[in-house]
Amino acid sequence: MSNNGLLKSSLAKKYMMALTGLFLCLFLVGHLLGNLQLFDTTPEGAVKFNEYAKFMTTNPLIKVLSYLTYACVLFHVVDGFVLTIQNRKARPVKYVVEKGSANSKWSSRNMALLGTLLLVFIATHMQNFWFKMKFGTVPTVKGTDGTDLHDLHAVVTNFFNPVENEYALFMVIFYVLSMATMGFHLQHGFSSAFQSLGINHPKYTQIIKNLGMGFCIIVPLAFAAIPVFLYYIQTAH
Amino acid sequence: MLDSRIPEGPLAEKWSKHKDDIRLVAPANKRLIDVIVVGTGLAGSSASASLAEMGYNVKSFCFQDSPRRAHSIAAQGGINAAKNYQNDGDSIYRLFYDTVKGGDYRSREANVHRLAEVSVNIIDQCVAQGVPFAREYGGLLDNRSFGGVQVSRTFYAKGQTGQQLLLGAYSALSRQISKGKVEMFNRHEMMEVVKVDGKARGIIARNLVTGEIERHSAHAVVLCTGGYGNVFYLSTNAMGSNVSAAWKAHKQGAFMANPCFTQIHPTCIPVSGHYQSKLTLMSESLRNDGRIWVPKKLEDVEAIRKGTKNPVDLSEEERDYYLERRYPAFGNLVPRDVASRAAKERCDAGYGVNDTGQAVFLDFASAIVRYGKTEASIQNLNNPSQDKIIELGKGVVKAKYGNLFDMYQQITDDNPYETPMKIYPAVHYTMGGLWVDYNLMTTIPGLFAAGEANFSDHGANRLGASALMQGLADGYFVLPYTIGDYLADDIRTGKIPTDSPEFDAAEKKVKDSIEALINNNGDTPVDDFHRRLGLIMWNNCGMSRNEKGLKGAISEIQELRKEFYKKVRVPGTADEFNSELDKASRVADFIDLGEMMCLDALTRSESCGGHFREESQTEEGEALRDDENFAFVSAWEFTGTPAEAKLHKEELEYKNIELKQRSYK
Amino acid sequence: MNITLKVWRQKGPNAKGAMETHKMTDISGDMSFLEMMDVLNDRLIRDGEEPFAFDHDCREGICGSCSMFINGEAHGPGRNVTTCQLHMRSFKDGETIHVEPWRASAFPVIKDLSVDRSSFDRIIQAGGYISVNTSGATQDANAIPIPKVDAEEAFDAATCIGCGACVATCKNSSAMLFVSAKVSQLSLLPQGKPESKERVQRMVDQMDLEGFGNCTNTGACEVECPKGISLTNIARMNREFMKSSLS
Repeated sequence: MSNNGLLKSSLAKKYMMALTGLFLCLFLVGHLLGNLQLFDTTPEGAVKFNEYAKFMTTNPLIKVLSYLTYACVLFHVVDGFVLTIQNRKARPVKYVVEKGSANSKWSSRNMALLGTLLLVFIATHMQNFWFKMKFGTVPTVKGTDGTDLHDLHAVVTNFFNPVENEYALFMVIFYVLSMATMGFHLQHGFSSAFQSLGINHPKYTQIIKNLGMGFCIIVPLAFAAIPVFLYYIQTAH
Repeated sequence: MLDSRIPEGPLAEKWSKHKDDIRLVAPANKRLIDVIVVGTGLAGSSASASLAEMGYNVKSFCFQDSPRRAHSIAAQGGINAAKNYQNDGDSIYRLFYDTVKGGDYRSREANVHRLAEVSVNIIDQCVAQGVPFAREYGGLLDNRSFGGVQVSRTFYAKGQTGQQLLLGAYSALSRQISKGKVEMFNRHEMMEVVKVDGKARGIIARNLVTGEIERHSAHAVVLCTGGYGNVFYLSTNAMGSNVSAAWKAHKQGAFMANPCFTQIHPTCIPVSGHYQSKLTLMSESLRNDGRIWVPKKLEDVEAIRKGTKNPVDLSEEERDYYLERRYPAFGNLVPRDVASRAAKERCDAGYGVNDTGQAVFLDFASAIVRYGKTEASIQNLNNPSQDKIIELGKGVVKAKYGNLFDMYQQITDDNPYETPMKIYPAVHYTMGGLWVDYNLMTTIPGLFAAGEANFSDHGANRLGASALMQGLADGYFVLPYTIGDYLADDIRTGKIPTDSPEFDAAEKKVKDSIEALINNNGDTPVDDFHRRLGLIMWNNCGMSRNEKGLKGAISEIQELRKEFYKKVRVPGTADEFNSELDKASRVADFIDLGEMMCLDALTRSESCGGHFREESQTEEGEALRDDENFAFVSAWEFTGTPAEAKLHKEELEYKNIELKQRSYK
Repeated sequence: MNITLKVWRQKGPNAKGAMETHKMTDISGDMSFLEMMDVLNDRLIRDGEEPFAFDHDCREGICGSCSMFINGEAHGPGRNVTTCQLHMRSFKDGETIHVEPWRASAFPVIKDLSVDRSSFDRIIQAGGYISVNTSGATQDANAIPIPKVDAEEAFDAATCIGCGACVATCKNSSAMLFVSAKVSQLSLLPQGKPESKERVQRMVDQMDLEGFGNCTNTGACEVECPKGISLTNIARMNREFMKSSLS
């Protein structure tokens, strides 16, 4: 009997996927709640958003959380990559005819593809905003208490403004499609994580499934609404 | 002279006294002894596991791709044990008595009593192994009732009792394989028994994947190779079930006992076409609630066959519930042989209800209404409508027999909740087999037979839920002890070499017969011959037999044999995975066995149990036993050809049971 | 009815395989799929060709021998049936039917449609049992009452026939449904509890060693399983394994 089964076993990899995935779901909620402030188009709203951004980049606790998030993404990606390779090796000769649609959801069979697309999105998304904030020049504005704040609000709104960014429409479409991708990834991933952790019971499974269904629709939809909204209000007049 | 070596003393003390008397092999010496077990059904798996646990080195063989697939897995109904958990007056003696009577007084008293004694251990053992038997709400084991008895002593796991018991034995076997005490050979067929100095000292086996012929030696060989019902081509047996291991042993000197004793099970799904490859059993438990009938009038039969009349539209007066009519005391729950013959009688008279004229109805309509009324009363429904009653009743029937009903619908495309099932008898089990003494040893020293492969416990008719009991009793609790009595002489023998002239000769014989089949330039597939053999057997040595038919069958089989060796085509080569070659070797043995069965049936001119000789019946058409002349076991010795086999008789003595004509009226 | 069959032909374990086309005429809807294959093989033998090798035995859906991947699904389009219980009436006249072997590195092809599933046996040997001797001298069967629901849940898990459809249908060739069914059965019963920690570790280790893929919870196994073994068993095994690893 191995006493380090938790480290090398296939089940351990499942647990890791599930735990990191669920943590990233939590992250999504936090991220979304912050971003929803972008719907406030008043000048005070912009200030609030910038103050929020400052808090998020300077608070030590948030710092820890953000590193945890990076670690989770990294683990989730590497683990997913390893699993995918192992799983391909487990079937060296493919079926001539395979009818997966008869027994499983499309998303469940294409998590690796969806995940890869999401990885591309994350990289692009970080280049679009985080990279600019970290390494680019961001204009400053005064906060309510008079201190200098990075005007991230302007960075975001300009990014989806066709006057400021000639690729704005393209980016809106890319963001919306990426959120659809995330929706599908979550459609399987959310409830699957619970199953992996052994949380499956006739009484609760349906609740988890419904929760997952809600989550995979509402969260991506809300995220996708932001660029659409910003683009719309900046082109409507 | 046949010596059954039944211990002296009162019946109830024979087994315990015998266990005290037989010689033991010390644990250290068991490590020096090898045992080969062929077959991994209930008897084989349990014997292998038990022998290995005791310390012997076991080599276990099965032709399937895994030991878990042996055909014991398909047993549905249950397993009997004299536990008396239901407090309905059951006892070891009653189980013993019912089994001897059910077998129409053609089994050995001492063996059957031992079977009844160890039956209680089986249940304890299986529960300890994790077999999930059905339970009551209080958490204790549930029982049900089976045909031909008046107590509830059958333990069950839904309709899959055989599966659960076999998986229990398979897990015990797997445990010993992991310990290295059992060496397992999947996809291997035993081709020959090797005798050295008159004792069984090994086998020749064929690796069915590579075609390699292998030599395996041991101090004793145990055959747990099941029954030979497939001699009829169509039966409820698995496609691979065969007689070959037993038949090779027979040709080497092991006597075949009562080969003509075949059980025809009354409730099977009828044949649907010429392509039919096997028949499917519908559990005997269905007869608890189903009523069996055919129309009273031939014009109704015609209309039903043509499809112009629906059987459910026939009124009660237009139906002939022939079992209830003929056997008012037991009704639809008469023993299997009686129920089967009654169905045949009606169909022969032209009342069969399907295209082929070989089917009767098994009807659940009245059970549905009966259960529906009870259920309505439980649910406190006042004046429920007829539709409501039927709906509730269907629910109850579904809970009890759902999986069987689904299987029936899958196969026939008929919905048995709406229209009565069509059933017909089919070959199911063979009571005959290798003759064994009380220690389960055949007439070849060192060659043992257990489970359905031997003849010992069921006489001329087996009761429901007794086959599983016997398989496990032999494998877990009888053979592992009795084999020691023989092996005690072998503690200093040392390993049996496989390079002896005896092994050379046996291997050559096997290779020659395979070469002959492969190189035969015929044009006819093996199945063709098997089908024809089956038809000869079914028509002449099936549910009813007569002298003329049996004699004709013997010469027909002899013709078939000639044609087989002239015309059979076995494609492919001998050194590859070749299912046709496997089949050809088996069918060759079936042809020989078929001839011997007819000879045995011809010799036994009485009727008893499943063996019905038309010449020996009462005025009402019931089986008429002849205890004066036939209270013996027919044990056949091979002398060159099946037709010239020599008959030895083991007289059956009944000291504890009075011989009576069976009556279920 | 008439159908076109495309059947996998592969000489041996290391040979390269390919689909072979055969036209079938006058097929009765009442035939089982294997009986239809018998008809094909009979014709091939009479024509002097090699029949197709395939595993089959009981032909009543319980032994778990038959193993065909039909039109992209394990045991074909039926639900809760094995190939031997699949009847030709499930297909349309004129249909083209693809027949392939189970495909997984842990189930190497022996010949044509026949594969080697001994990896399943080795997983059971690793711990799929209760370590009790077969002496018969155990305690009385009724000494430990088992709640009816537990007994029934254990039974449902125990109905697994070990056919390998779960592995065949899983896009990852994972054996989780098979392994978890046995782990579940034995961990649900009081008799199996004393060893449940070691059992799950050893069986999972062996499963990984055999080269089965990882479970990604697609749920395909549960749908294609001829005995309807539930995914809750996999969740139970996930719990058992975690408990056992952490304690």
